[in-house]
This record gives sequence, C-alpha cells and structure tokens, in this order.
Amino acid sequence: MSFNRYILIYRESDAGVDKNENLFDAFMKELGEKDPSNSVQVVDAVMNGKADPDSTLVKIIPDNIYFKCKDPVDAIKIVDDFIIKNNPVKKLEAAANNIQYRIVLRNCGVIDPENINEYIAREGYSALEKVLFDMTPDEVIAEIKKSGLRGRGGAGFPTGNKWAFTQQAVGDVKYVVCNADEGDPGAYMDRSTLEGDPNSIIEAMAIAGYAVGASKGYIYIRAEYPLAIKRLEIAISQATEMGLMGKNIMGSDFSFEIEIRYGAGAFVCGEETALLASLQGERGMPKPRPPFPAVKGLWGKPTVINNVETLANIPVIIIKGSDWFNRIGTEKSKGTKVFAVTGKVKNSGLVEVPMGTTLRDIIFTVSGGIGNNRKFKAVQTGGPSGGVIPEKFLDTPIDYENLVALGSMMGSGGMIVMDEDDCMVDVNKFYLQFSVDESCGKCAPCRLGGRQLLTYLQDIAKGNGDLKDIDKMKRIGNAMQKASLCGLGQTTSNPIQSALKYFYDEYEEHIVHKKCRAGKCLELLTYTINPEKCSRCGICKRVCPASAISGDRESGFAIDNAVCIKCGECYNRCKFDAIDRG
Amino acid sequence: MKEQSNTSFTLSPAVLEYIDKWKDKPGNLIMTLHKVQEEYGYVPRSAALQLTELLDIPLAKIYGVLTFYHLFKLKKPGKYLIQVCIGTACYLNGGEDILQELEHILGIGVNQTTPDELFSIEAVRCIGCCGLSPVMNINGEIFGKLKKEDLAKIIAQYTK
Ligand SMILES: Cc1cc2nc3c(=O)[nH]c(=O)nc-3n(C[C@H](O)[C@H](O)[C@H](O)COP(=O)(O)O)c2cc1C
Ligand code: SF4
Ligand code: FES
Repeated sequence: MSFNRYILIYRESDAGVDKNENLFDAFMKELGEKDPSNSVQVVDAVMNGKADPDSTLVKIIPDNIYFKCKDPVDAIKIVDDFIIKNNPVKKLEAAANNIQYRIVLRNCGVIDPENINEYIAREGYSALEKVLFDMTPDEVIAEIKKSGLRGRGGAGFPTGNKWAFTQQAVGDVKYVVCNADEGDPGAYMDRSTLEGDPNSIIEAMAIAGYAVGASKGYIYIRAEYPLAIKRLEIAISQATEMGLMGKNIMGSDFSFEIEIRYGAGAFVCGEETALLASLQGERGMPKPRPPFPAVKGLWGKPTVINNVETLANIPVIIIKGSDWFNRIGTEKSKGTKVFAVTGKVKNSGLVEVPMGTTLRDIIFTVSGGIGNNRKFKAVQTGGPSGGVIPEKFLDTPIDYENLVALGSMMGSGGMIVMDEDDCMVDVNKFYLQFSVDESCGKCAPCRLGGRQLLTYLQDIAKGNGDLKDIDKMKRIGNAMQKASLCGLGQTTSNPIQSALKYFYDEYEEHIVHKKCRAGKCLELLTYTINPEKCSRCGICKRVCPASAISGDRESGFAIDNAVCIKCGECYNRCKFDAIDRG
Repeated sequence: MKEQSNTSFTLSPAVLEYIDKWKDKPGNLIMTLHKVQEEYGYVPRSAALQLTELLDIPLAKIYGVLTFYHLFKLKKPGKYLIQVCIGTACYLNGGEDILQELEHILGIGVNQTTPDELFSIEAVRCIGCCGLSPVMNINGEIFGKLKKEDLAKIIAQYTK
C-alpha cells in the first residue's frame, strides 16, 4: 500500500452529486497544497439511506474517525488540523452510520422475484433496451471498460477487456456463460442474488451477448440451489413470453436464448476451463490456458464467462453510466462488493459495501462484532484459496490489491470471522482437507502436494509435528503455487502460508509445547479436576467412557491422563465448571 | 465384450420423456444423470446401461462422469437422507461434533445407510444457512443452531 491515509467521502445515494463534488474537489485541492508527497488518497464512497441532509459523512482511515462536513471550509479544516497537524477536530466529529450500499442486491427482498413486472417497474430491461436501440456493441464495451468493473468471481479481471477479447475473436458462433457454481464453502452471495433478482442476471447476459456477438447463453449453476434454478426458469419463461428474450428481442434484430445447466458438486468446476468441460458433459478437469475461453471456449467457440455478481452490476452501469460507477470505490477497485460474513460475528449475513470500506467496519460496525464476550482473532477472505488477516490489518481498505498484499485475496466474497476459540492449525487443516477432497487429480503438484501438506498438519495437530515440517510445508506450498495447472492447486497453500506469517507462535506452540491454546486440537488437551470447585458429585466418573477417572465422594476424584481418551465428556457434563482443560 | 442391459429394467416414462427432449442437445449427459437420480434416488447400474444405448455414450464415459462428481450416488440411500453441513461456518461452530454424534446414534459412518434402509448420512459443504450454523438437512427440512443433545430427539421423530 502506497498511501498512509484514506479519506472516504460518503455520498448519499439520492443526494445530488454537486454537494459532494465541491467537497471532493476541496479535499483534493487542499491536499495538493499541503500534502506534496501524495500520501493520502481520497475515496468516493457511497452510503445507503439518509443521514443528515445538510452535511456529508467523511471517514479517515486508519484513524477510524468520522466527520460531518457541511462545506469546503470544513474540508480545509480537516486537512489542515487533522491530517497535517494531527490535532483533533472535535467540533466536526460524527458517529458511524449505515455504510452499506446496494447495487448488486438492489432488488433483493424488495421485489417479488417470480414476477417480472416488479423487476420492470424498477427500470428492469431498460438497460437492454438502451443498448439495443441507442448503443453499438463497441459503445457497450467501451462503457463497461470505462466503468472499471472487475470480475467478482475471484481473479478481478477487467470485465470490459474480457468482453473485448471475445468480441474480437474470430468465429460466427459465440457463447455467454454465467458462472453460478459458487463453491466457496460458507459463501452464498450469488445464490441470494439469483433467488432475489434472477431477471437482472438474464438481462445482463443478453447485454453481454449483444456486445460480444453471441446469441446463446448458458447458466452453469450448482444443483444444490433448487430455488435459484426455479426462479431463473420462471424469469426466462416470463421474459421470453414478453419478447424480452428469444427471437428478435423488443423487435430488434438481436436474438438471445438462455439455457440452464446444473453442476454436480465439484468445486473445481468453478474454474472456467473445468466449467466448460462440465457444460460439455465431461469430467470437470481444467485445461492449460492459453487458449483462453475468450478465444477457444465452449465447443471450441469464443466464450465470455462471467460471475453472477459481475453480471448483476451490468444493467446498473448501463443505466446510470460509467462515470457514476467509476466514482464509487478506490482507485483500482470500483463499485461495491457483496460479502457473506459468517463465523463468530453477532449478525451473520450478506453485506454490500463500497470497495475501500475497511474490514473493521464490515465486521464490527455492520456485523456487530464478536459475540459471547470473545475477542477477535482473524478473518479469512477468499475461502480455501485465501488467507487469514489478523487484527492489526483490520483498518485496511478492501480492494483487490490490498488483500493480495496482505497474503489473502478478494475471492468471491466469503468472509469467515474467527475468535480466540478458533485454532489456526485446526482452521488450516479444515481448508486443506477441502482442497484435497476437491482436487481433480489431473496434475501432480496439486494431487500429491496437497495430501502431503495435510499429513503435516494432521501430525502437528496430534502433537507429532517437528519444527522442520514448517520449512517443508513452505517449500511444498511454493512448488504448488508455481507448478499447478489451475487456480485450485496454485492457491491450496495460501491459508497455511498466511497463518505461518501472522500466527507462527501458534504453530510453534503446537509443535514444541504440544499445546493448543484454543482447545480445538483434542489430542493435545489434558483434563484435570480442580478440587476447589469440585463438589464431588461423581458424575465425571460415571460418564467417562475410558474409566480414566478414579476416586470416590469421600476422597475426591482424579483423572489419569495416560488412560484419558480426550473425549471431553467429563468437561461437558460437569455442572460446577470443575474440570480444567488446557 | 459389450455388457447387455438388464431386460427386466426399463427407465420410467418420466425419464424417457426427458431423454427424448435432451437427446439432441450437446453435453446432455450430466443433466440426464440428474434426472435419473431424481427419479430413483441414485443411479442404478441398469439405468446407466440403458443410457449408453439411448444417448450413444460409452459406459466407461458414463461411469467416468458419475464417479467424478460428488453429487451422484451409485448406491441406494436410505429413506431419510441426513445431510450434515461441514462448510466453514458450520465447522467453526461445531459441525464435526454433530456429525460424530449422529454416526454414534445411528451406528453408521458418512455415506453409509442403516441396515433397515431408513437413514443415510452425508457430509455436505454449505447449504447457505450459515447464519444458523451448525446446520443439517433431512429430506429438505433444515435444522439449525444444532446441539449434540438435540439429535436423538430429532432422529426419533423419523423412526415413528
Ligand atoms: C478452483 C477455482 C474455483 C472457482 N470457483 C468459482 C466460482 O464458484 N464462481 C465464480 O464465479 N468463479 C469461480 N472461479 C473463477 C473462474 O475461473 C473465473 O475466473 C470467473 O468465473 C470469471 O468471471 P468474472 O471475471 O466475472 O469474475 C474459480 C476459480 C478457481 C481456480
Ligand atoms: S491444480 Fe489441482 S485441481 Fe487444478 S488441474 Fe491440477 S490437480 Fe486439478
Ligand atoms: S457453512 Fe454450513 S450452511 Fe454455510
């Protein structure tokens, strides 16, 4: 990260741009004079709902302070006093507000997804109408390029460029494919979008078809999402009936039809070349790229593949314009991102925020922080391909580059929050098991390396690890990164690499001291009876399946750790909290 | 040598009708297998043998696909299919414990069926109810915020 500080200007969704533009310019101008080293970035964020009609909310990162700005004079004061001199400006401080902003989820929960008229009433299909009658395919692609939209399926490739490659590829038959294979275990953004607003996706696919010159689209969707499938079918049939899909859409010479195809429970089929193989009815194994699908895709024809969330942005960009979209987010990551925040937060659920929002705001302000009086430990973004981010980086503004710099990645939007009760070795083991189960086995680095890494982790969790294993794990991980054929193998070691970077001491504790401070690695625990708390009820002795507890009500009870099988039954059943575990 | 299909077995009219509709579409194998599984709860070998003729796809390729994808079953599951979520959120909130307790109660492991053919257990990854974790799904009914202690009672409801 090249900036020391970020200034987020929260524009209200309905407020005129003018009010904000003055502020934006005032900040830029004042910083231009007072901050010649260019260490502060001004971000145009957007928030939902009405705050104070007379002022604009401004947030300073990493200070985590909000200000209310009425006019450019306030902006100058904030730069001069707060940014440059580091003095508090109490007079202008404000409380944090609702910072969610909905573009992708704009219609979810607002309209009846099974009634196309409700979608149409909210500007539905007017983007398709606009491109068909007022724009050339080149203009559509230029608009998407200008918006700065990047793929939300994980890699963050600029969508406009992808469309341009497909448009330029030679071939009379081309395809549009929607990737709805959402495989990250613990993420359901795409499912919610499809269930809540299916028409937005099929409208976007038709726009993509018009832009690249395709007349057929496929939606590859997890078979585990029956409701989303049903609603897509309804949307397609209603749209076709109304002449919004199918032959000569709205009387134009553009025709486009969409077919739904199911996945069958293989994570690797989210990878685009594997997805295409699966669509063709084959085993879903990745192929080397190039050739990229844009050139040689489905049945060898040029194919554009986009993620659900990427597509959901398209109609809005067409209607509101690339300039509008381009101003939301950070310099290199535009628009919003939907996250599925789960794990140990108080309010798990979907969150849509402008790019550039901090992790802290998502986890603490929106999702209510950690429950049960526990402390935050880490957050994993990017699912099994990502990494953990510790407390000290919570003030990082989220964008593609920042997350990669921290050793994680944006991924599709899963955000798993962990507290003190979670063990890094255990969490790593979980993700590794997942990647090993899901490896397609085509290439050796992934097939063998993954299993080897998992074996080391299992040993460490059992107390049989060796410090030398850590070096070996890093070396195997690096080899997998370089030599695996597809993204799955290339990223399998990411969770481990990031945990070794930020939570090395925990690994060391497991290996050297045979201890798991979170109490998750059962084989490392020892159980003892605390005589001060023990009421000598004797239930522990009765429930112990290994007969490891001896004694009686007269003399008290004791656990023989050589016999104990670490099942934790006594610990769970003791009503007096008298069993210590550590 | 070509394996002959079992003459006593014919695919149900619903499946045959589906095949008729999909026959000429490229890449129809996976969709057809889904239909077969929807009908029978798994993909019987005799059904696979008939598909080789109807779709003109070699048996080896059909089994190649069947064994690649986790969702396809080659063995008949029990009347009640218990899917325990071990996605990330459920794992962190104790999904493994739920799975172990169920195995204990029913006396079978993952991907096995009780001898009375009433229950099968499957471990699945995220059924999109992370907010309710840990979660399980019995024939479409979702049970959330599970505790080990609740399981025996839930299972008892189905054995009546
Ligand atoms: C192992 C693996 C799994 C993936 N899973 C998904 C997925 O579930 N959904 C998705 O949209 N993209 C997934 N991707 C990314 C796709 O390969 C592809 O980049 C994406 O669909 C492109 O769409 P976008 O440019 O709109 O993001 C996965 C990639 C890999 C390597
Ligand atoms: S990296 Fe893994 S999943 Fe990808 S092709 Fe190789 S074996 Fe298959
Ligand atoms: S992880 Fe279990 S429902 Fe999502």
